[in-house]
Amino acid sequence: MLALLTGPAVAEAATRTPLIVVGGYLLLLIGLGVVSGRLFRGTSSDYFVAGRSIGPFLLLMSVFGTTMTAFALVGSTGKAWELGSGVYGLMASSSGILHSLVFFTIGIKLWAIGKRHGFHTQIEFFRARFDSNAIGYLLFPILVLLVVPYLLIGILGAGAVMRGISVGMFPEAFAGTTHPVSGAAMFVGAIPPWLTGLVVCGVVLFYIFTGGLRSAAWANAFQTIVFMGTGLIAFFLISGKLGGLSEATRAVIENSPEHMARPRIGKLQFLSYMFVPLSVGMFPHLFQHWLTAKKAENFKLTAIAHPLFIAIVWVPCILIGIWAAGADITPPGNNPNALLPKVVDTLLHDPYLTGLLTAGILAAIMSSLDSQFVCLGTMFTHDIVFQLMGKKRFSDKQQVLLGRGFIVAVVALTYLLSLFPPPKIFDLAVWCFSGFASLFPIVFAAVYWRRVTKAGAIASILAMVVTWSWLFYRGLILPTLDKVELEGDYLVLGMMPVTIIFAVSAVVLVAVSLVTSPPPAAHVDRFMVTRTPR
Amino acid sequence: MTTGAKFAWGFVVLIAILHFDFWLWDSTSVVFGFLPTGLAYQAGISLAASVAWVLVIRFDWPDGVEEWAAQDEVAASEEGA
Repeated sequence: MLALLTGPAVAEAATRTPLIVVGGYLLLLIGLGVVSGRLFRGTSSDYFVAGRSIGPFLLLMSVFGTTMTAFALVGSTGKAWELGSGVYGLMASSSGILHSLVFFTIGIKLWAIGKRHGFHTQIEFFRARFDSNAIGYLLFPILVLLVVPYLLIGILGAGAVMRGISVGMFPEAFAGTTHPVSGAAMFVGAIPPWLTGLVVCGVVLFYIFTGGLRSAAWANAFQTIVFMGTGLIAFFLISGKLGGLSEATRAVIENSPEHMARPRIGKLQFLSYMFVPLSVGMFPHLFQHWLTAKKAENFKLTAIAHPLFIAIVWVPCILIGIWAAGADITPPGNNPNALLPKVVDTLLHDPYLTGLLTAGILAAIMSSLDSQFVCLGTMFTHDIVFQLMGKKRFSDKQQVLLGRGFIVAVVALTYLLSLFPPPKIFDLAVWCFSGFASLFPIVFAAVYWRRVTKAGAIASILAMVVTWSWLFYRGLILPTLDKVELEGDYLVLGMMPVTIIFAVSAVVLVAVSLVTSPPPAAHVDRFMVTRTPR
Repeated sequence: MTTGAKFAWGFVVLIAILHFDFWLWDSTSVVFGFLPTGLAYQAGISLAASVAWVLVIRFDWPDGVEEWAAQDEVAASEEGA
């Protein structure tokens, strides 16, 4: 994602100031981990769902930080440089509408059901709702397989960013790599990705090991403030260097007017992109964050402020992206994800700001990684071990110990996987989101439709897997094998692939549910959140 | 559903529809001297979305959800045991 941030090699040692800034930021995170870890009460409920005690501000910040990845800063800028200012409407404002819709219509109900039934994971909910262990065992590998690439992208992205900013810092320690075609030396003296991955995983593990999801929520809040602030600082400094807001945009109108409009975005693509943000309804890590809320009322601030926060982060990044096009700034290797660091390097030449921006990018990455690590550890503990061996045979302390053990194992395994990343790993992001979004009909039906059946849900999951796999093969595997240049969003008939997968999943869910016996009313009653009439 | 709730949800639907601003597809004009019109419009959609959720929460908040969640269930009783 973030490869080729800088030129191939340097002759003399570069300043290590950016690294010192990043190091200071990581130390702050460790300190925060120590403080939040002291609040840990020692119970499993506290470790896995923060004792269901999180207030409105922390819920907003942790949910926003978890939802926004490094893409919000780096990807959005690069995408705007590629496609123009329409990227905001394509990806951001649609998320502003739909994320809050999901928080309000699904999140509050799942919070209530989770609290009433004592759930800690999404799979516990589906198992109970459909009275089926099979659905749990079916969903578990699917959810894990959809989360793992997401984790790898974060770790590899962090590695690429750090390698980019540290070229020439340690010429005697790190020899760098050689260009696969020309054989020229590259990234001489730069921190290798394996080391950054190790440090990032170590820091995240430190604070989630001590305090579980409560520490993740605290760290997310801090990191969200950091990456929002970083984006705004970069925006104002960059606009100043380009002669002010009006001058920067005037250059776009003169030199690259297509970036002001949307000739590179299809109308069907724009319409069908609305399905993608529904993925938040099926993110297992977000489900776990919802369960941490102390009261349903705490969702109010999240629903209202989330679209505003998206605007605060995305509008400046989109403008930086189109301004770069107007100023004829091109990222190394034409890699859009390398644009933001390139703009900072070209216009600002400030090692402190480079360090701050890198810390902001790492904050966005780590605020998603931590929740995903805790979530996977919780899923292995609750959905596999407790399911197979029985929860009652473990004391509360043993449950926490088991959770911690699994989190360490998940972090270690993910780190090892990041050392041998599969090809095209960064192309998997849109497919992961498509998979989660296409499971949305099941969670929606589970909380609103009394008539949905176990068979309908299982058939829908299988239909999703088959359709997803077919489109994935057609969109990614086949062109890769044929060495054909891949198209950005793998459009099918001009639409995002998620449109087709979602439609198949929803139709199968409804059709199979209607032809199979309805579940007992008394059972369904336990999951239908009722409200007091006004 | 109360009139206020119908209004609030109608506003949400309206925003979702207005999000598809096909009439601004080829616009290269600016507002405030620097913001592309299409981007300004979509940023306005984000602000409107925020207002929409204020309205939904005001007029269609699920009263009683806390009480429903607090009802005892077997699994819940194991919580913190």
